[in-house]
Amino acid sequence: MANTLESPDTKPKLPQRLQNAQQQAADWMQDSQFWTSIFRPGSIFRKGYTDSPRNRSYVIMNSVLYHLHPVKVKRHAVKVSYTLCLGGLSFFLFILLTITGIFLMFFYRPTDTAAWLDIESLHTQVAFGLLVRNMHRWAAHLMVITVFLHMARVFYHGAYKAPREFNWVVGVMLLQLTLLLAFTGYLLPWDQLALWAVTVGTNMMGFTPVFGEQVRFVLLGGQQIGAETLLRWYVLHVLMLPFVIVIFMAIHFWRVRKDGGISGPL
Amino acid sequence: MTEIPEHLLRRSAEARARATGAPAAGEGEAPAAAQPDDDDGVTIPRSLLEASQQPGGAPAVAGMAAYGTPQAGSGPAGGGGVATALPPLMAGPAGNTHRLLTVVKSGSIQDVKASPGDKVHVWPHLLAAEFTAALFITAFTLVFSLFINAPLLELANHNETPNPSKAPWYFLGLQELLTMFDPMIAGVTIPGVALILLAFAPYVDKNPSLRPEDRKFAISIQTIHLMFWAVLVIIGSFFRGQGFNFTYPWDTGLHGIFHL
Repeated sequence: MANTLESPDTKPKLPQRLQNAQQQAADWMQDSQFWTSIFRPGSIFRKGYTDSPRNRSYVIMNSVLYHLHPVKVKRHAVKVSYTLCLGGLSFFLFILLTITGIFLMFFYRPTDTAAWLDIESLHTQVAFGLLVRNMHRWAAHLMVITVFLHMARVFYHGAYKAPREFNWVVGVMLLQLTLLLAFTGYLLPWDQLALWAVTVGTNMMGFTPVFGEQVRFVLLGGQQIGAETLLRWYVLHVLMLPFVIVIFMAIHFWRVRKDGGISGPL
Repeated sequence: MTEIPEHLLRRSAEARARATGAPAAGEGEAPAAAQPDDDDGVTIPRSLLEASQQPGGAPAVAGMAAYGTPQAGSGPAGGGGVATALPPLMAGPAGNTHRLLTVVKSGSIQDVKASPGDKVHVWPHLLAAEFTAALFITAFTLVFSLFINAPLLELANHNETPNPSKAPWYFLGLQELLTMFDPMIAGVTIPGVALILLAFAPYVDKNPSLRPEDRKFAISIQTIHLMFWAVLVIIGSFFRGQGFNFTYPWDTGLHGIFHL
């Protein structure tokens, strides 16, 4: 701009003009009613966002995703060396598993005749099919590990103590639900690995006194693993257990805040 | 209702009197003359007080009583130095027309229970860390998946039992226990007690301290517990061969290591 003011007869150079045009377009867009209706005050995409304490608060308060967080947290709570991000990573892996899992559902039929063939054609016929299945598989194992490590981390910090006792109980539930999700998913490829791992696993279940045999019968849909088992475990894996675990996660996250944020420092 | 200190009440009365044109105690020396007598030396620092006593002097020090009052020493002749009828505009050192009566430290008149604490904004401090962690784990999963495929063995066959048959790795601890104890103990009692104790840990552990040096017993027990399962899972994963008999991984090889 300074250049043009000094010599009004010469036009600004092309890069400058492009930059100006870009700026004008951005201004026009950010001034539009459409834009301001989407991005609430404090959004970093709104015109005139400045890094002020007020806007830092608005970023959290006015975002449906971020408002899981409080506006401010204790300083030690943002130290990665304290939490190792394990709870957050478990949640993020759950999201990653949901996304990759939805992709896999498009190509999979839970019947004993189709399941294995569907997976095989997923490997060979579907663009990125193998990659997405790999990611789903490894992320699942990783989530079991991160949830387990999160539990260990919370224990060693004594974070289960008052007032967070109940949230620890919810967390143990979440650990079990994670294991159940991993285990029900294990059967779905319907290969030798899946069949026999689940056979061994469900045989152990049968040892539970009083109701062990009945629970096993209901879960398998019979005395041994078959087509009914596959359908049941599919529904458990893609619908029922995710539904339940989301409820428990909601309680878990809500209680973290209600109980005064994360614990510590030691 | 908090009580207003006596000397502030008196000073405000004098100021009001000056503003309405009624003669105050003296020629601009009024606040100076009034103050030192009842100066209890508690509320107003002496330096500020003295600055306020100098007519027209040291305006930058912001003598409290001098705000908004006519500068007595150079006062207009008409009123004989007594205050003008209207409060003058732009009379203070910074052009202020209002007066700062006093500064009250928090805690002196209110009972502060919660200290502000050391807090930081979630945006950007926490969100940036979370975003980085999410990126990192996505990249790790993606790269790992590019190089190592998820297993897909032959079609499930009820008539052909693989040897060994193993549960998923997270249940291998249980399977390992089953080789050692009766199913009632290995499959039910031990995991049941472990799980219940784990869930009810907060109600069993009554020690309120968070410091590791105060929690030696709890930490030891939990470490033994976690190591117990970890060792069993490792044995089940790597040290069990044909017929679930004990073997060394270097004897059988690790070719099936990613058959998870």
